Amino acid sequence: MAKATQSPIRSGFVHLALIAYTLIALFPVFLTIINSFKAKNAIFREPMAVPTPSTFSLVGYETVLKQGDFLLYFQNSFVVTVVSIFFVLLFGAMAAFALSEYRFRGNTAMGLYLAIGIMIPIRLGTVAILQGMVAANLVNTLTALILVYTAQGLPLAIFILSEFMRTVSDDLKNAGRIDGLSEYAIFFRLVLPLVRPAMATVAVFTMIPIWNDLWFPLILAPGESTKTVTLGSQMFIGQFVTNWNAVLAALSLAIFPVLVLYVIFSRQLIRGITAGAVK
Amino acid sequence: MGSLQLKSIRKAFGTHEVLKGIDLDVTDGEFVIFVGPSGCGKSTLLRVIAGLEDATQGSIRIDGQEVATVPPAKRGIAMVFQSYALYPHLTVKDNMGLGLKQAGAPAQEIETRVSKASKMLSLDPYLARRPAELSGGQRQRVAIGRAIVREPKLFLFDEPLSNLDAALRVQTRLEIARLHRELKATMIYVTHDQVEAMTLADKIVVLSAGAIEQVGSPMELYNHPANVFVAGFIGSPQMNFIDAGKLGESGAKTVGIRPEHIALSRESGDWKGKVVHVEHLGADTIVYMETEATGLLTVRLFGEHQYATDDVVFATPDRNSMHRFDANDRAIR
Repeated sequence: MAKATQSPIRSGFVHLALIAYTLIALFPVFLTIINSFKAKNAIFREPMAVPTPSTFSLVGYETVLKQGDFLLYFQNSFVVTVVSIFFVLLFGAMAAFALSEYRFRGNTAMGLYLAIGIMIPIRLGTVAILQGMVAANLVNTLTALILVYTAQGLPLAIFILSEFMRTVSDDLKNAGRIDGLSEYAIFFRLVLPLVRPAMATVAVFTMIPIWNDLWFPLILAPGESTKTVTLGSQMFIGQFVTNWNAVLAALSLAIFPVLVLYVIFSRQLIRGITAGAVK
Repeated sequence: MGSLQLKSIRKAFGTHEVLKGIDLDVTDGEFVIFVGPSGCGKSTLLRVIAGLEDATQGSIRIDGQEVATVPPAKRGIAMVFQSYALYPHLTVKDNMGLGLKQAGAPAQEIETRVSKASKMLSLDPYLARRPAELSGGQRQRVAIGRAIVREPKLFLFDEPLSNLDAALRVQTRLEIARLHRELKATMIYVTHDQVEAMTLADKIVVLSAGAIEQVGSPMELYNHPANVFVAGFIGSPQMNFIDAGKLGESGAKTVGIRPEHIALSRESGDWKGKVVHVEHLGADTIVYMETEATGLLTVRLFGEHQYATDDVVFATPDRNSMHRFDANDRAIR
């Protein structure tokens, strides 16, 4: 298609730029992973070198797996992330549907109110949140984190999803109404499948900050049984001595679950089912 | 089993009134077409009948039953949309059966009704496909099939042919006419295409700016338009409107004459003029001419005629087919 009109030199430059960007983006990840497989003095002597038989060492991974309860930390991170995404998508989609589908007084004002959350960082309210959690007896529980992350993710989710839901054909929803589908059935069975790509986008945008967050786990759930991976890795960073092998190994391990989630969601981004619903 | 009465239906969005008091009676088995220019409120009226919009005021009776507060699914109606509105994740068969399934009909009955409808529309080979795998015409047939399966008291069509190409449009139009004969069901059909209206309808309702201009059979509207709007809207090319004063007609403000009711001659006639443009359509020749007496005049001649731009010709109207309108644009009978 467009290929025929493009000169090889131009497309060559485009590829060059993209490849350069990819290398820059991947370099820190690459560095983290290769160094996690090296002995401690090799990390400092030649940080850029790939592990050779003489410098190869799994000591970092051994430390991580032996010391501390890393499996539990992973589980905590995973539970918090998945449950938060679920609630963000569910409540976000429901609110977006209401805002885009129904005419009611204060619709625009409500939409703006919900979007303000995008502009105001939730961390500004940390002290109040902590007080609230203490009063509700939720400190050191995963519930506390899930509640906070759900609130944090909702504004963007509602903003993106309501825009997408406006594009779903009215005729389709009306056809459902005539066929006797309830408003819930219209929402779950007609609208949600059609905005799946948008849901996947929202899921990815919501997931990464939650998985990487250090702030709220440190403040709301620093207990041993509720530590997340990011918080757990911090114990190898000391005031005087830092166990770099362990830190790098922990971070390398932390990449994989989130990578798996990303692959799952990005598959949903591929459109296809929506074609042919309406002209 | 499918009559409809509308009494002083009004619909306003905010302060903007879209329907200004619609009264209409549709008897069982009638094919009624709402026609009018865009924005005249015909689609809104259909939605009010379907229950997808609430009327601000007025009463809707289907089979003598007041349905103003009844939800769409319980009104005994089925609707076919311009955009087909098929459920993308369901097969053709499930698309057609969903309404019944939702109403709790037994699987056996759904099966028989779906297969009956699919036979009627020759959709049998496509029952297992999804809408994405069908062509536009097939999709619209599925949408019609979905309506048939519900065995409704009223069929509502919202510009069902607008998304189809010209050849398919004619074919689907014939199909709908055949269905109406076979099912003997009451159908209400919205279109802006007067050809569809003339060819399908038992009764045409011409709407303009939220009010009914005239109700009648296609030939009634053609032969006896109630006012200038209907006279101009029905018939193609449009009727010629001539200031009555120029023709020396007393007691009328405007005189209307259809292009097909004017004869042309090179030798003699009532109005002398010059040809401005000629369209050769094979079966018809459309001549546009400028005369001193009438201004621009459109003349439709049957068959092929060799007129060319700048030819001097004489036009003679058929006096018996002239329409006369008063100062309020109403027809004088």
